[in-house]
This record gives sequence, structure tokens and C-alpha cells, in this order.
Amino acid sequence: MQILHLKETVNFMSYRKIAMVFSAILMIASIVSLATNKLNFGLDFTGGTLIEVGFEQPADLKIIRQVMTDNGFADAKVQFYGSSRDVVIRLGLREDVKAEMLGNEILALLESGSGQKVDMRRIEYVGASVGDELAEQGGLAMLTALICILMYVAFRFEWRFAVGSVVALFHDVLLTLGLFSILKLEFDLTVLAAILAVIGYSLNDTIVVSDRIRENFRKIRNTDAEEVINISLTQTLSRTFITSITTLLVLAALFFRGGELIHGFATALLFGVFVGTYSSIYVASLVALGLGISREDLIPEVIEKEGADQEAMMP
Amino acid sequence: MLNKYPLWKTLMVAFIVALGALYATPNLYGESPAVQVSGLRGVEADAATLDNIRAHLEASNLSFDSIVLENGQVLTRFKNTEDQLKARDVLDDSLGRKFSVALNLTPNTPDWLAAIGGMPMKLGLDLSGGVSFLMEVNMKEAINKAKTSMVSDFRGDLRNEKIRYRSVKESNNGIVVIFRKVADLDAAESLLEKRYRDLLIKTDDDKLTLTAKMTEQKLKEIRDYALAQNITIIRNRVNELGVAEPLVQRQGKKHIVIELPGVQDTAKAKEILNATATIEFRLVDTEGDLANAINGRIPANSILLRDKDGRPSLLKKRVMLTGDHITDAKSGFDEYSRPQVNISLDSAGGSKMSNGTKSNIGKPMATVFIEYKPTGKRDAEGNIIFEKVQEIISIATIQSRLGKSFRITGAGSPAEAHNLALLLRAGALIAPITIVEERTVGPTLGAENVRLGFEAIMLGFALVFIFMIIYYRAFGVVANLALAANLVLIVGIMSLMPGATLTLPGMAGIVLTVGMAVDANVLIFERIREEIREGKTIQQAIHQGYDAAFSTIIDANITTLIAAVILYAIGTGPVKGFAITLSIGIITSMFTSVIGTRAVVNAIWGGKRLDKLPI
Repeated sequence: MQILHLKETVNFMSYRKIAMVFSAILMIASIVSLATNKLNFGLDFTGGTLIEVGFEQPADLKIIRQVMTDNGFADAKVQFYGSSRDVVIRLGLREDVKAEMLGNEILALLESGSGQKVDMRRIEYVGASVGDELAEQGGLAMLTALICILMYVAFRFEWRFAVGSVVALFHDVLLTLGLFSILKLEFDLTVLAAILAVIGYSLNDTIVVSDRIRENFRKIRNTDAEEVINISLTQTLSRTFITSITTLLVLAALFFRGGELIHGFATALLFGVFVGTYSSIYVASLVALGLGISREDLIPEVIEKEGADQEAMMP
Repeated sequence: MLNKYPLWKTLMVAFIVALGALYATPNLYGESPAVQVSGLRGVEADAATLDNIRAHLEASNLSFDSIVLENGQVLTRFKNTEDQLKARDVLDDSLGRKFSVALNLTPNTPDWLAAIGGMPMKLGLDLSGGVSFLMEVNMKEAINKAKTSMVSDFRGDLRNEKIRYRSVKESNNGIVVIFRKVADLDAAESLLEKRYRDLLIKTDDDKLTLTAKMTEQKLKEIRDYALAQNITIIRNRVNELGVAEPLVQRQGKKHIVIELPGVQDTAKAKEILNATATIEFRLVDTEGDLANAINGRIPANSILLRDKDGRPSLLKKRVMLTGDHITDAKSGFDEYSRPQVNISLDSAGGSKMSNGTKSNIGKPMATVFIEYKPTGKRDAEGNIIFEKVQEIISIATIQSRLGKSFRITGAGSPAEAHNLALLLRAGALIAPITIVEERTVGPTLGAENVRLGFEAIMLGFALVFIFMIIYYRAFGVVANLALAANLVLIVGIMSLMPGATLTLPGMAGIVLTVGMAVDANVLIFERIREEIREGKTIQQAIHQGYDAAFSTIIDANITTLIAAVILYAIGTGPVKGFAITLSIGIITSMFTSVIGTRAVVNAIWGGKRLDKLPI
């Protein structure tokens, strides 16, 4: 079976203006949203206390909120988590002592307040400095990853490709962050992990395409760079699609069956894989083309044999 | 001949997959509830303990599957958790304080598998349930203490060499010594420079000052030592808690991770972990006027402290001995049946104590208990501010010259004496610590996470499986074989690797690997199709397909590996689990999807005259 069977070379590059405008709009929207909405950072980054409890019967959030307010936790955010029996209560950092003791205290309050047996599912307490450090480390990790990858690609291919793939990665990360910001989805540590995985995935795609472009520059002569890129993209298109499909299939499995805890993770990856597929077709190769990639850059230099001339001169 | 593997290569592939499968099998046997009894304070469980446990269990009519003595621990397995819980209570009551009784889940790995090192994967806390703490070491305090001891060292050195100085003081980032004469300053400079090579010493002739700053190297040493000491102490404390397979590990520059699987009641754990106590011995200032001191006129060389009941005493500022010399402490009773604590010191502590007491026989000596309690507030640099609480626990007359072991009385009730001994034995911390992060996962959520993760892996696997068969037919089956082998290898390696734990994000990593691992095969198969379309013979197409796709696969996977390694470096707990499964998955998938499928393809289609390929 074959989904795509392309006899003709698709002229991808003729749509480049549209692609550029499309990407630019999405990127600007992401930046604007990140600047205004910011990211809805989870407990891992902000610090605070989170208590997840399971009730035997569907819980009444109003009663729980009332119990919290009555006991001096007016700032508590009470939400369902996945089902109506599962409730998450979030508390900000408190100045007063023993923040790490809060969890058990609230558990007791809930048991007496709701009159139901409450099952402690998890309690998380994160101090302020931990969150700050994490945010710093997370940013640093992403930067390090980008630099390492830039170096590897530059070493294996050519600097224009390296710049192209890093721009593509930046594009993917920015749009994924933008999605989380626009939809106000919680950004926690697993989402950060997902974004690093998106970097890995998107790069995978970009490298496959770049590899083919390099190969075709060597193989096909007398065509301009734009045409070579078109040919390469057409040749790798069915692979790009199939891999995206298999990856999206497993991510859908994670999204629907993986549970609440990795919902954010699955969301980031699902979106990231979409964007990554698009960016490896358009963003990376467009940048490489824009930087003036040409056959000469990719053909290995012919090393002249020393003494070759002299030999020819001999009778 | 084209596309034929030599026999050894095929065998190697088969061998590696079989080995992976072998080490993956322990995961199929499940676990049974067990109770683990281990000795405390140097006591080891032995055959007598085992018989004792057996007798107690039989007396309470509790049936058990097996009972064994391993590494100084007695492990009893039960059919169900109900019996396990009952047994724990029975043993806890009957064995006394010398042993810790912990609940445990023991893998039912058959003996022959265990003998060759087979064991199931370790589950992270998000899957097994339990509590993890992240503790922060107060490095500022560690450095302050180092400065304080430097001040007294400097004074001693200068006095010994008869170099006169006006003052030795701690300053912001070091020590400042002020002199009266330039000659003294120069003499001091050459002396101190020789003696303290890890200090940066600068002098100012006009102001007659010498400043000594700690080098980065020295500061790092102090920090590392404070962290290492805290880890050792926490390990001791955790062992006293009686938890099966606890983990205490350094993380980063000033943090310690503690994982206590299976623990749900965190209150007791926190109480023990959070207590930071040390002890100091000081002489009582018998000459100073106590009444004046209470009114605020404290003599320059003294401090005013109170005991538990608020009674004040005037003590000498100079500390005779600090708690870090304590090697052991036991509670007991003296001849009048009053609770006491017997303390043993290391040799340096012994000689300090001996020097300090020889000329003071007949004088009173105070034992001061110092506790650092976190206030919950932070300073400008984000470090937690600690409140230093000092309390006199006993004042006793020095009867004779004290040495390496002595006793202190007056600690209150036997329970308090026991508590004090425990705190002292667990060590005196150089730098106080606080819990900065705590995560508790209940057993129901843990079990649910395991189920969800497993379902997601199976579903993802099934979807990719079906897709590949529809799309690539016979070659799809080959890719699926590789995928299954890949899964087996990941599980096998995870089980074998000592530090690897499976977490929920780790399971997500496996799911993701399943999706991405077929990519290599897609690349190869698409290439083969292309080559066939271009009119190559079947054998050439297979050969070319594998060849041409190889470097692409390597490049693509190495870059993903870079991202995974960086993730591992920065991640904590669950996220590290994701990085681990992802990294292992990338490596095993390269093996199975390139070398593995090639072996199968070569065996079935290689070297034959074929007109069509089922691809």
C-alpha cells in the first residue's frame, strides 16, 4: 500500500512566500501571547502545595471550596482532575512556617468537611527556590541542546543546514510554547521534557531532509538549488508522512489512555510533531536556501594529489 | 553473494535478543508482599533472629510463603497484604528496638534467574507509591562555621609565634586581622601564607590590615564536605526509620534527594529528617555576675543561655568541644536510675576534651543543645533563614579529666535521653538542612499509573503494528518483529541497569520510542521502493536501501540522543526516567531496526532470484 505516490516533483518552494507568512504570523502570535498571557507555570516552577484526593462518590467542589475558605485557605484553587471523583487542590506558597506540613492538614480537613472517606492520591510541595532553579535549568538545558545540535549538524553537514535546522527547532519550540500560552495549559516539568523530545523529533525529520538534499546536490547536475530541494522534499515526503503517522498514533494512545498526569506531555508532543513535520519541509530548507546553499558547499573538495603534475611531465 | 549475512552475525543478533528476553523475564513473575527485618545500631539479624521471627509468626497463626536470611536481613514473604500488615504489627511489638520492621514488595524472581543477576525493573515513586523529599543544605552556615574556626586558628597561630595583633574578625568574605606595627603585619603575612595555602592573603600597610579570603577551591571543598556529611547523616536517619530500599542521593550543588518507597505517613519521616541538632560543651562562667547579665550587661567573653525550664546560666564563649567529634551516643541509666547519655568521641575530640578539662577539675561544665529550625523565611539570595535555638541540657561538675568517652546526665526523661542519643548518634550537622520539595504518591494512584502506562504502551504498539502490516505487508511484519525485539531489549536493559527506574514519563518515553523506532525501517523501506522504481534488481535495491539509509539513521538518532542526554542531566525523578527510556530506546532501536531487520530480510529474501518484493 502507498499513501503518496508522486510521479512529478512537487514545487514546494513556489509556496515559500505563503509558508513564510504563515510561520511569521504563528510566531508573532506566540510571542505576543507569551508576552501578555505568559505561561501557566505548574507547581514545579512556581512552588506551592498540590493535593490530589479521590472521593468515593462524585465530589461537590462548592463544599470543598467552602471547607477550604472556612479554614483560612481562601486562596486554594479547587478543580476536578480527570473525573468528578478526583479533585486537585492547589495552594500558593505561604510565608508562615511548615508549608510542607500543609498536605496532611488539608487531608484531615477534607475528611471531616465532606463526611466522606478521602483517598490521598498525591501531595506535592515545592519550595520557591526549587522552582526558580528549575526554570533557570530548564531554559539552560534547552539552550545547551540547541547549541550541541547546531554544532553536530554543522560538523556533519554544513553551517547553512545547521542554521536552518536550529531555526526550525526554535520555530517548533516557540509555537509549542505559544500553544500552551494561548490555551493557558499548565506548563510543568513533563511538558518541558516533551518540548525537548519535540526538539529531538523535529531534528530527526530535518536531518533526513537535509541528508537527501546533500545527496541530490551530488547526484543531480545542471539544476538550480531550488529544484534540488524540491526533488529532495518530494522524495522524502512519503517517509515524512509515514513516520509522522506512526508517531501521532502512539501519541494519540498516550493522550487518550495515558491518564491526566501525562496529558500535558502528550499535548505538547502531539502539537510539536505536527509543527515539526511542517517545519522540516519548509522552515529548515527555506533558511538553507535563503542563506545561499549551493552545490559547491556540499561537494567534498577534490584533493589534488601531490606531484601529479610532475608525473605528467615525465616522458 | 549480495544480502547474505555470515552465520555468526545472524547468531549474534539472535543471541542479543535472547539475552534481552532472558533479563526481561523477571518482570513477568510479579511481586509478593513481604516484611523485612533488619538490625539497627550495629546489630545484624542472624539465624537466631530468623527463628525468633518464625516463632512469633507461628504463635500468631500467620502463614507465610517463605522466610530467608539475606545480607543481615530477614525477609518473610506472605500470600496477601492482609497477613503482611498483621505480621508487621506483631513483629514490631515483639522484636523490640534493636530491629526495624519494614513493609516491602519482593520480586518473585526464580532462583536460577536471580543467580545470573536477573531482577525486575525498579519502579519510580510515581508508580510504586511513596514519598520523596528534596532537601537543601544551608551552605552559608557551613561557610560561616569554617570562618569561625579560622578565626580561632589564626589567633592560636599568631599567639604561638608571639606576633601581636589588635583584632581578628570575620568579615563579609573572609577574615580581617588588624595589627599595631608593620613588622607584625609582615611577620604574620609570611607565617599565614605558609600555613594556609588555600587562602588568598592580602595586606594593606597603611591600614595595618591583613585580609584572608577563601579561594574558590576551598569554598567548594567546604560545600562538598557539608553535602557529603549531610548525606551520611541522612542515610543513618533513614535507616533508623525502617524503610525498605530507601534512596539518598546528591543532586546538584546543595540538594539531597531522599526517596522512601511505600511510605505514606510522612509526618514521622519529616520529624526525623528535619531535626538538625548539635551539641557543644562549654565551661560555666563562675566569675561573671549573672544578675547583671540578665539585665543585658553580659561579660565580653561570656554568653547567656537558658535551660529547658528557662533558668539562665552564664557560659564561657569559648567552646570546649563541638558535636562533630561525637562518634557514638547511647542512652542508659546511671547508678541512681537517672537517665543519662553515654558519649564516645573520636581521638581529636578526646584530646580536646582532655586538654579542656585537665585544668578545670571541680568546675561546672554545661552541655548545650543547639537546634536549627527553619523559619520559613528567605534572605535576599533565596537561602532559607534558620533560627538558632540554644538550650542548656545539663550542667555537671567535672569530676576528673575527661577522655574519649564520658556521660552526661540531666537530659530529662528516659525517652528524652533516648531521643537525644539518637540525634547525637545520627551526627552533628555542619550545615542545617530543610525540606524544599516533597512529593507523596498514594498507592492507588501508583497502581493506576502503572495500569495507564501499560495500556498506553500496548495500544500504541498495536496501532503501529497494524499500520505497518497494512502499509508494508511482509516487510511490515519484519519491522514489527524488530519493534517487539526493541521493546524486549528496553525492558531487559532497564532491568539490568542498576540506576534505572521506570517512571510514568519513562513509560511515555517507551511509547514514543515505539512510534519513532519504526522511522528507521520506514526510511529503509521507502528507499528500497525507490530503488526498485528506478529499475534496480531486487537484491541491489535491498542492498542500496539499507546502505543509503544508514548514515541518515545514524545522524537522526544521534541528535535525538543529544537531546535525551541533556534531559537526563537536568531532569529530576520522573523526567530522568523519561530521558533514560528514550536514550535506551534510541540505541536499541538502531540495533533492531537496522541490524535486526537486515538479518531477517537477508534470511528470507537475500541472495535469491526475485522478481517482486512484498514491500
